[in-house]
Amino acid sequence: MKAFDHILMAHGGGGQLMDQLLNEVVRARVGNEILAQGMDSGILQTPAGRLAITLDGYVVTPPFFPGGDIGRLAISGTVNDLAVCGARPLGIALGLIMAEGLERSILERVMDSIAATAREANVKVVTGDTKVVGRGQCDGLYVTTAGIGEVPAGLILGHAEVRTGDKILINGFIADHGLAVMLAREMPHLTTPIRSDAAPLNGLIEQVLESHAKVRFMRDPTRAGISGLLADLARASRRRVVIEEECLPVRRETRHAAEMLGLDVMEVANEGKVVMVVADEDAGKALTAMRSHPLGKDAAIIGEVTDVTDGLCELHTTSGGRRVVQKPLGEQLPRIC
Amino acid sequence: MSSGRTTISEVTGRLGAAAVRLRAPAAFMEVCGTHTVSAFRCGLHSMLPANVKLLSGPGCPVCVTAQGDIDLMVQAAELPGVTFCTYGDMLKVPGTHGSLDAARGRGADVKIIYSTLDAVKWAADHPKQHVVLGAVGFETTTPATAAAILEADRRRLSNFSVLASHKVLLPALRALLDDRQIQIAGLLCPGHASVILGSEAFRPLVDDYGFPCVVAGFEPEQMLAGIARLTEMVATGRPELDNVYRQVVKPEGNPLARRIIANVFEPAPANWRALGVIPGSGLAIRPQFSRFDATLRFELVAKDAPEPAGCRCGQVITGRCTPADCGLFGTRCTPMDPVGPCMVSSEGSCAAWFKYGPSVAVQPAQEAMR
Repeated sequence: MKAFDHILMAHGGGGQLMDQLLNEVVRARVGNEILAQGMDSGILQTPAGRLAITLDGYVVTPPFFPGGDIGRLAISGTVNDLAVCGARPLGIALGLIMAEGLERSILERVMDSIAATAREANVKVVTGDTKVVGRGQCDGLYVTTAGIGEVPAGLILGHAEVRTGDKILINGFIADHGLAVMLAREMPHLTTPIRSDAAPLNGLIEQVLESHAKVRFMRDPTRAGISGLLADLARASRRRVVIEEECLPVRRETRHAAEMLGLDVMEVANEGKVVMVVADEDAGKALTAMRSHPLGKDAAIIGEVTDVTDGLCELHTTSGGRRVVQKPLGEQLPRIC
Repeated sequence: MSSGRTTISEVTGRLGAAAVRLRAPAAFMEVCGTHTVSAFRCGLHSMLPANVKLLSGPGCPVCVTAQGDIDLMVQAAELPGVTFCTYGDMLKVPGTHGSLDAARGRGADVKIIYSTLDAVKWAADHPKQHVVLGAVGFETTTPATAAAILEADRRRLSNFSVLASHKVLLPALRALLDDRQIQIAGLLCPGHASVILGSEAFRPLVDDYGFPCVVAGFEPEQMLAGIARLTEMVATGRPELDNVYRQVVKPEGNPLARRIIANVFEPAPANWRALGVIPGSGLAIRPQFSRFDATLRFELVAKDAPEPAGCRCGQVITGRCTPADCGLFGTRCTPMDPVGPCMVSSEGSCAAWFKYGPSVAVQPAQEAMR
């Protein structure tokens, strides 16, 4: 069959051309024994306990940015959504929606990244779907991933588990992903040291859970930044959560870029961070476990849960002031002076 | 920031000592959107003594732009064949018939730019489109608009024009001080605009009005140092001009930037939200660059547009009330669905108040527990 450089409508038609695309570009990279069965579903062994299922769509533009790309994001995001619920990923379903005319090399780069990230997360792509839409009907390439995972027996996480005195931990520097993408999108000519933190966190999270630290709640601070996560945590647990700004890990260059764009680093997206609420007496143990993982070497305890029941998140600022942290409202706009 | 703590405790100590000597409570005004945001972000209001207050003045360029000028931008954006370039903050400011964002939804070509030269470049690359640059701001952003016009002139572009609503700070401050109802004890002068204007620009406010003025930077300790100096001046009854941002702001400012402004613009009256028309407080494009003036090119005429009913943005930016005093605040007017410009701009007092909560009202956790 003739080699192809660009995606054609026929590549989504379910015929021989689609087989060629799947074999040469997809299966060559993410193939495994489950996918090789060629069934309409990936067949997995069921564990005895509870299952977690999650789904996410990825439409980021540009598709490649410093530190990551849409493929790395698609695997990391879904693995992390499972992992923060305490689930061990069992398999990933991968959906590709491509615009007619998409360059094969772009798809290959994205598939390379999906394969590499899946290996890093030790998870398999067990089923998938491919569609091609007309030119202009989608912006190049959209990726959807669904994940299924196994929740260990006895692990209960949630806002309801949060107790007074619990400590709040994060595994490293905030705001890198959002700023890396925003700078790549808005100022493509700028060279910047800021790189997306997109990474699968299941290894790090497993390491903390294996330390037997009593973890009450976990979430990844993605689109609404840590502000959104912490405001939700305070409201849903009906406790005042106090955060020490001085303890928040923020890279110097990230802070400067945020200031330049008039953004609040606490409201900027992360893709390789997890915020954990851990029982006071186990906070040290959890921190040590986090720091012994490469994705957690800059981990820090950033605050605690108090017994005030007003459901507010309070920030003690570096300069000694106090203020409320609220969930961001919508898209952030750059300032004008 | 590493030495921030010691400096902060020093300045809060000085501020506290001066505040004890005040005979009456003192309210100071910051006239810079960046000061407003910085103060709210670091919880500065929670660090002030009980008898010292900081209010927001007319320092947010979006907030002082008259409704009629916003309408003009929407009108220009909706002209066929026009690509309207502007700063992100302008996008959601509601005019009489909706915002630029709404116009974009109706099909207008509106682009967000970070640099005025991007608009010029875009015009050069798209000769079939006419690019209108919608520009607002004080002395901080005016040089960039002037530079864009000079660059368009150098490139001999015929498809580029500017809809400028630039303002000059000093005449507005004078107008504010001429109003005897204003109860402001001193001015925290803007760090950015002063880089261009120079600290000496504020001397007439001290000489003519006996009004304490201190130029300050944007770090919390710099702002607190400015407020401490103002409080000392009020406590001792000796109004002065001081500059606690000397590493950046020179007495003479940046004459080159002012020359670029003067080459392209000439003084003109300007309509300010809440303050009305103030002679000499605006800038018009000079006749030799009139081909870059979008109002002439497209015969755009600003109409008087009433400000939205119930909106107290005007009183907020003149220190007459706080955002929370406005009946629309947080109910009818929120950042998601703003009524007035102070809620739209990220540097607006209402938006900062809404977002960071009135930090003064947050009880410390220890006290709240009791």
